[in-house]
Amino acid sequence: MPEREPIPGWEPPSAGERKRILDETRSIAIVGASSNPARASNFVATYLLSSSADYAVYLVNPRETEILGRPVYPSLEDLPEVPDMVDVFRRSEDLPPIAQDAVAIGSKTFWAQLGLWSTEAARIASHAGLDVVMDRCTKIEHARFAGGLHLAGFDTGVITSRR
Amino acid sequence: MTDHTWGFRTRALHAGARPDPTTGARAVPIFQTSSYVFEDTDDAADLFALQKYGMIYSRLGNPTVSAFEERMASLDGALGAVAASSGHAAEFLAVTSLAEAGDHIVSSSHLYGGTITMFSNTLARFGIETTFVDPTDVDGFAAAIRPETKLLFTETIGNPSGAIADIAALADVAHANGVPLAIDSTFSTPALCRPIEWGADIVVHSATKFIGGHGTSLGGVVCEAGTFDWGSGRFPNMTEPVPTYNDLRWWDNFGEYSYLTKVRNDHLRDIGSTLAPMHAWLFLQGLETLDFRMAGHVANARAVAAWLHDDSRVAWVNYAGLPSSPHHEMSNKYLPAGPGAVFTFGLDGGRDAGATFIESLEMISHLANVGDAKTLILHPASTTHSQLSDEQMAAGSVTPDMVRISVGLEDLDDILYDLDRALENAHA
Repeated sequence: MPEREPIPGWEPPSAGERKRILDETRSIAIVGASSNPARASNFVATYLLSSSADYAVYLVNPRETEILGRPVYPSLEDLPEVPDMVDVFRRSEDLPPIAQDAVAIGSKTFWAQLGLWSTEAARIASHAGLDVVMDRCTKIEHARFAGGLHLAGFDTGVITSRR
Repeated sequence: MTDHTWGFRTRALHAGARPDPTTGARAVPIFQTSSYVFEDTDDAADLFALQKYGMIYSRLGNPTVSAFEERMASLDGALGAVAASSGHAAEFLAVTSLAEAGDHIVSSSHLYGGTITMFSNTLARFGIETTFVDPTDVDGFAAAIRPETKLLFTETIGNPSGAIADIAALADVAHANGVPLAIDSTFSTPALCRPIEWGADIVVHSATKFIGGHGTSLGGVVCEAGTFDWGSGRFPNMTEPVPTYNDLRWWDNFGEYSYLTKVRNDHLRDIGSTLAPMHAWLFLQGLETLDFRMAGHVANARAVAAWLHDDSRVAWVNYAGLPSSPHHEMSNKYLPAGPGAVFTFGLDGGRDAGATFIESLEMISHLANVGDAKTLILHPASTTHSQLSDEQMAAGSVTPDMVRISVGLEDLDDILYDLDRALENAHA
């Protein structure tokens, strides 16, 4: 991973904070959803829609109408409900206006996927009181706490004596 | 969950082993099953397409094996791990996941003889060329790198030469040339050295040795740091579309998780050198006491090496823990708790005296293994390294009079008693 400049007023959320964010999330809007099954956004959408997870998932892309048999909405404003999380699969330079949209509609979390980073977007969303996660994959983080990552041989960092 | 950083011994007991959610079983169950029932056809399709995590078939993954993999990853400071049916299988997975026909690797010449044979025989037949260099010659590694080189390979502690790898310097050379550093750390285990902390990218172990620790089971593991840039263009099999998975690209889809995801779902899938759940379970038992056992092994090894060093019947002792060793300084840097418990020595009287010595031992076992709780002894030139040419033996510092010992956890006095009697016989 490339070195990241620190962002005043925001710290990358710890494992415990990421688990809390995912636990408190009921609905997720995937911005930049793709119909191409080789793209990460399609991959993650499939996972979040599967029995592994339990979220209401909304797909957002002005250039698509149907992905994975589901309707695709042109923008965050067009969704039937306010999603708890806005999960972005776009280029890093496109993140600030999406962060503004996430704030405008009243989402609780702004999440930028693996490889994405924007100081400006983090500033916008965190100043408005949103939880901000960047350069992380919702699928991997969900799987870290739900056991999938463990089954794939990865270190989850989870140590517990509870069932 | 808390963000507390758990210590090595705690992770050796707990990492990868949550209580079973269905039964509450505290010990990791042995999931002795080949396959796993799908929820429905969508679930099966999602699993096969890697779109969700879960079990399909034990060639690809098994819950008992997963517990061992996560524990190894945790102890080695790795992102994750993929277990294999032997240490050899782990090495084969690590190297051939990156190198293919027409490619090249640079390797230490001091490796376990079986690994040298894998590289110079089987990998050569597959079209992968290896340049062997002295493991202490960092510049030699750099000079041997070519455009088609896919990785550098060495052992933390050379078998049997005892040469200690300058891991940080080798990692710098590897990364400056855009290739990963792979290290076989079998002789040190994560209890004594964690190569990823020094910059290594891939760490392989024969779990058969100290990790299992009791000489019962064969297995191996590939750990990976998750920090290497596989997207540079040098590794097309990490960045090009994968036809067997709907044209996904490992690096694009899985980022830092891509290497191990590929090793498991592409490479282990095709090769099938899978760790058995029973063996994974035995390795989990071994790991629980790894730190204590390694401390005991090292304490006995230091004492045995010093005793042999001071004995006039012994011509030479090569243990990096001895100040007289050329590898002592490097050992202090990378293995501050001690350079393991496997080392070599030679008797006055050469090969014949060595043979009489080995045959005179009463308690110490003459066999081809290391890392058992019991003390083991061997004559490498006629056994583990016998398939090597004279030139390869010389390059690996394997001499005809060399005796290799793997010091166990018996009472020190009893190990010394047995060695003393056998030395006396060899000189009678």
